[in-house]
Amino acid sequence: MNVVVVVKLVPDLVEELAIDESGTALDTTYLRLIVNELDNHAIEQAILLKERAGGQVTVIAPDLEGVDDVLFTAAAKGADRLIKLTGDLSAVNNFALANALAAIIKEIKPDLVLTGVQANNDLDGSVGPRLAAQLGMAYVGYVSGVTPVGDGVKVRKEYAGGLVAQMTVKLPAVLGIQAAEKPPRYVPISKVRQVSKTAKLEARPAGDLDTGNGATVSRMFKPETGAHATMIEGDVDEVADRLVALFKEQGVL
Amino acid sequence: MTYGTLKTLGVLITFLIAVGIFGRRTYQLLWVNLKRGQPSAPFKQWNERLKGLLVYVAGQLRLFRFLVPGTAHFFMFWGFTLLSLTILQALIEGFAAFASPEFKMPILAYFGPLALIHDLLILCVIGSISYAMYLRVIVNPERYKGSHKSQGIMVLSFVLTIMLGLLVMNGANINLGRDPIGAWRPISMLVGKLYAGLGAGAQEVIAEVAYWVHLLVVLLFLTELPEGKHFHVITSVPAVLLRNLEPPGRLSKVPEFEGKFGVSVMDQFRWRQMFDFYTCTECGRCQEVCPAYNSGSPLSPKLLIMDLRHNLTERGDALTAPSTEAAKAALAKPLVGDVITEQVLWSCTTCYACDQECPLFIEHVSPIVDMRRHLVYEGRMDSMLQEALANLGRYGNSFGQSERGRAKWAQPVKPKIKDVRKEPVEYLWFVGDYASYSAGLADVTRKTAEVFQKAGLDFGILYEAERNAGNDVRRVGEEGLFDMLVEKNVQAMDKATFKTIVTTDPHTYNTFKNEYPSNGSGPRPVLHYAELLDQLITEGRLKFSKKLDYVVTYHDPCYLGRYNGVYDAPRRVIEATGCRIIEMPRHGDRALCCGAGGGRIWMDEGAVKERPSESRIREAVALEGVTAFVVACPKDITMYRDAVKTTGQESRLVVKDLIELVHEAMAGDGTQN
Amino acid sequence: MSQDVFVIVEHLRGKVADISYVMLAAARVMAQATGGQVVAVLLGNNAAGLADNLAADRVLYVEHPALSDFTSAAYQTVLDGLLREQAPRAALLGDTSMGGDVAAWLAARLAWPLVSSCRSMGAEGDALKFVSQTCGGKIMAEGDLPGPSALVMMVPGGYKPEQGQSAQAPQVTQVMAPSLEGLRVTVDSYIEPDTSDVDITKEPILIGVGRGIQNQDNIELAQELAQALGGVVCASRPVVDQGWMPTTRLVGKSGKTIKPKLYIALGVSGAPEHVEGVADCEMFIAINTDPNAPIFDIAKYGSQIDMFDLLPVLTEQVQQAKGG
Repeated sequence: MNVVVVVKLVPDLVEELAIDESGTALDTTYLRLIVNELDNHAIEQAILLKERAGGQVTVIAPDLEGVDDVLFTAAAKGADRLIKLTGDLSAVNNFALANALAAIIKEIKPDLVLTGVQANNDLDGSVGPRLAAQLGMAYVGYVSGVTPVGDGVKVRKEYAGGLVAQMTVKLPAVLGIQAAEKPPRYVPISKVRQVSKTAKLEARPAGDLDTGNGATVSRMFKPETGAHATMIEGDVDEVADRLVALFKEQGVL
Repeated sequence: MTYGTLKTLGVLITFLIAVGIFGRRTYQLLWVNLKRGQPSAPFKQWNERLKGLLVYVAGQLRLFRFLVPGTAHFFMFWGFTLLSLTILQALIEGFAAFASPEFKMPILAYFGPLALIHDLLILCVIGSISYAMYLRVIVNPERYKGSHKSQGIMVLSFVLTIMLGLLVMNGANINLGRDPIGAWRPISMLVGKLYAGLGAGAQEVIAEVAYWVHLLVVLLFLTELPEGKHFHVITSVPAVLLRNLEPPGRLSKVPEFEGKFGVSVMDQFRWRQMFDFYTCTECGRCQEVCPAYNSGSPLSPKLLIMDLRHNLTERGDALTAPSTEAAKAALAKPLVGDVITEQVLWSCTTCYACDQECPLFIEHVSPIVDMRRHLVYEGRMDSMLQEALANLGRYGNSFGQSERGRAKWAQPVKPKIKDVRKEPVEYLWFVGDYASYSAGLADVTRKTAEVFQKAGLDFGILYEAERNAGNDVRRVGEEGLFDMLVEKNVQAMDKATFKTIVTTDPHTYNTFKNEYPSNGSGPRPVLHYAELLDQLITEGRLKFSKKLDYVVTYHDPCYLGRYNGVYDAPRRVIEATGCRIIEMPRHGDRALCCGAGGGRIWMDEGAVKERPSESRIREAVALEGVTAFVVACPKDITMYRDAVKTTGQESRLVVKDLIELVHEAMAGDGTQN
Repeated sequence: MSQDVFVIVEHLRGKVADISYVMLAAARVMAQATGGQVVAVLLGNNAAGLADNLAADRVLYVEHPALSDFTSAAYQTVLDGLLREQAPRAALLGDTSMGGDVAAWLAARLAWPLVSSCRSMGAEGDALKFVSQTCGGKIMAEGDLPGPSALVMMVPGGYKPEQGQSAQAPQVTQVMAPSLEGLRVTVDSYIEPDTSDVDITKEPILIGVGRGIQNQDNIELAQELAQALGGVVCASRPVVDQGWMPTTRLVGKSGKTIKPKLYIALGVSGAPEHVEGVADCEMFIAINTDPNAPIFDIAKYGSQIDMFDLLPVLTEQVQQAKGG
């Protein structure tokens, strides 16, 4: 099975986020970009498919800080082809990204395109469904299991409340991954370093990165702290006392 | 054909058979099997090594850590060594029997004092063997669990038979007047008295029968020697001679095979490691002191070595006849995952108690780490460990918090602690992950800063440039991550100007001292803060304004005590504050690990019978009058605070870091903290 | 082309999802500004009855056997044609497992702008303004919703479902379904959530555990508190993903929605995916050592105390208060 995995690099939420001077975007001074966790799941699912049914896995990621490590790590897990999308990708929306990716993916003619069902910096929907439209492929999102069957795949689609639908999807298709069947595997740094000496990163220019007629953000801000919780101070006993008092107020105790 | 001729033939043939069996098997085990192993580092420091023979072999020093069994073995060893001359004598006299039945071995047969020593030794050996038999059959202590009991009893019986045979034979010879130095054998004489009434003919028969019994059992024992734990009789001297003289806190280099790291097949061990597997006596002392084993986890250092030995032998035998089904099965068995399970490998806290305890210097931690390196290479670990390693790789700390938050604990400290990235200092204080990021420890870390300031120390920290030192990352087996952390830390330190590193964490201390690359001008000088405080007190730079009169007990951290020999400095500091120390039974190099080391604190705990930390607290609480449990490692604070809670001892015992005592004793305003 | 605001109704197994009502409430705000109507779009089979309590001016109902179940393929095909023809000012879909399969696909096909993660809509003169959340809820983004037609994916939180419900059934117009042959996505079956476990949606007292619980063993501490209070333990996604708690206890976007009297969140960061699942809560208490955790913006009371220090003490105090 020929699988393409699309990976985004997104802001690391562990860091404290700040807004830049224009007030419309994130301050990049201390911004760390990390691989979108759900895209990591997509890579894992792709490797699992390769391990079970053979085939090739291509991983495409934008040329942002840290991308080399992301791609080499994917190679160390078993990805065959690594493509770096080059250009000024720091402020693109998913509309532009999907356009740039579609051109490259069309050439590869994969059976499946896997990508995380969402990323924490999506503001114009996620990449997966857009790619599906561009590539004329079927799309199912919130997928937590993929099994090849005949000329298609069976997928598990998750709904709220724990309900799961088993669906059959004809290939080629784009799937938005919620969770891989197994948690993403660990690759030791020594392996990544080894791979980085032999694996090739293909650079493909993104071309025109027009963000289209999409909405523009006129203001970015931190949510109002007006509705902030009343903080209970003190040591363990004092906090416990206050909580017990609240429970009594609630009629729980 | 005379009896003499028959005797000679008998002795010669049995001797040759026994030596042949023994020789062939030993050749297979120690030459053929070991040749498949990897090269071992060149062996240097021969003075030290020879001295070791004196102390550890002749002196049996480590044996005495278990006093009574150790004393018994002392006599067994010296008995065996010196009484081997009697075997020589018996053989020579046997070989000569065809020519001269009355032949007596020159010198040996005439040297009275030696005969006395032999006689007394025989008695001691019989005593020791009897004790050992009692131990094995009646007491059957926990540490023997898993050892080959019947083999042990068999050999004890052999030795007992040999000793009794000697006495009976000597006794008969004395009765016959054939022993020129019979007067020097009081014990044999006594034994001889039992049948002194019998006629000369009977005495001769007794003498010869005893001779044959004792000789044949010796030769039988010889053939049995390579088959199990008694091989240590042969391998113990080379084992001690060729023991690892590297500092304990320095792990071996990572084995690499065709680009893959770690050991996944027996032949990937170094031959010196394989030699260790053959040296195990199954005494179980390592098992006895292992915190993992005693908490109910499946790891027993003893069983680990025994399993490795079994696999080595099994594979060696299979490779001589590889086409049989049994051989194929033996060769196909995976070393990691089957012979030694993953659970066993991950259970180790790398506390070094096993290596410390082993009388024959067998290294247990080394093969465990080598196999862990393979597991890590394959990504086979639980999800918690995986997350910790991913966090260490991304953020340089196992908490998954931003590097920018590393020095948040220092914000309230006034005056602001010097930034070594910007200005030179005398002491670079390498704070460490736990002391920096753990919310519950920030207080203790600040107290450390205050103590340093009050002592007038010129110190600073690396702030956000600090990364986890990597000690436990290395012990988990993620060498690539360790290298990366070392690179980053060394980069930061090379830019800074300082004289000495001082650390709060013994793990950091260990790896800096033993594993970090030296900069151009030599190894970086590093002190644990207990050593620094000790120095300051000695120099009079640390003044205590009041004497604390707590009765405390001190817990030796594994990486400060056992690994690096720092036992006294922390105790001097505690006593200087006015506290009185009562030692726990397991103190010094016998201290029981808290269970956090070797990456265990990053792993899923699994099912435990009794946590090592809880066992330790119970040990402390049993000391009457002790109100404080003093530690010198941030992970110890975390582990023991938890253990005090879970054992319900909050009203009885408080966990204090060494620095808290110092801080309190320095409190200037005279009020109690 | 019109100034109407369309709401694509989400329904599953015969029940209209709360997000549909939330969208109707938002659509009302928008329609008032544009002067158009709120039009609910309902796709299904024998599902016209679902329109009964929708607070819409009118309903467009598309019926077809292929719409008995939700599939991305069927909805994409129907809505592509319908929206292209009707060209409303805006079409709202849920930022959910259903809406997510369709909205961005439509945006690409129709070449319409799309705003996702939208919490609320507003108006400023002629302009429609969106307020969306991003970066795990830590950052808000607002801007103008471009015209002439745009798509919006909504998340809950900005409006109460009651605001989108009506006692009066709106007028329903049936629209012909296009050909739905040869769809590339079909439903084989459903796997019901495990009903053998406690139904946390009905529990009044809940203790939630998040990533901060660190490992499975520590959950016992939360269990003890829950037991003492007479409540039940639930969890956020990281805990369920690790396998430390079953999916039946998952609170959030892909899990259940709870409406407890008392909810104590332990070591939960407060990312929208979880908080979405706390629809209503009288007393929301958050315990987290990170002072910047978004959960403190939603909770009523909070403390930075270490939960491992707090839990044993709190549990004991509760036990004492109850039993003496």
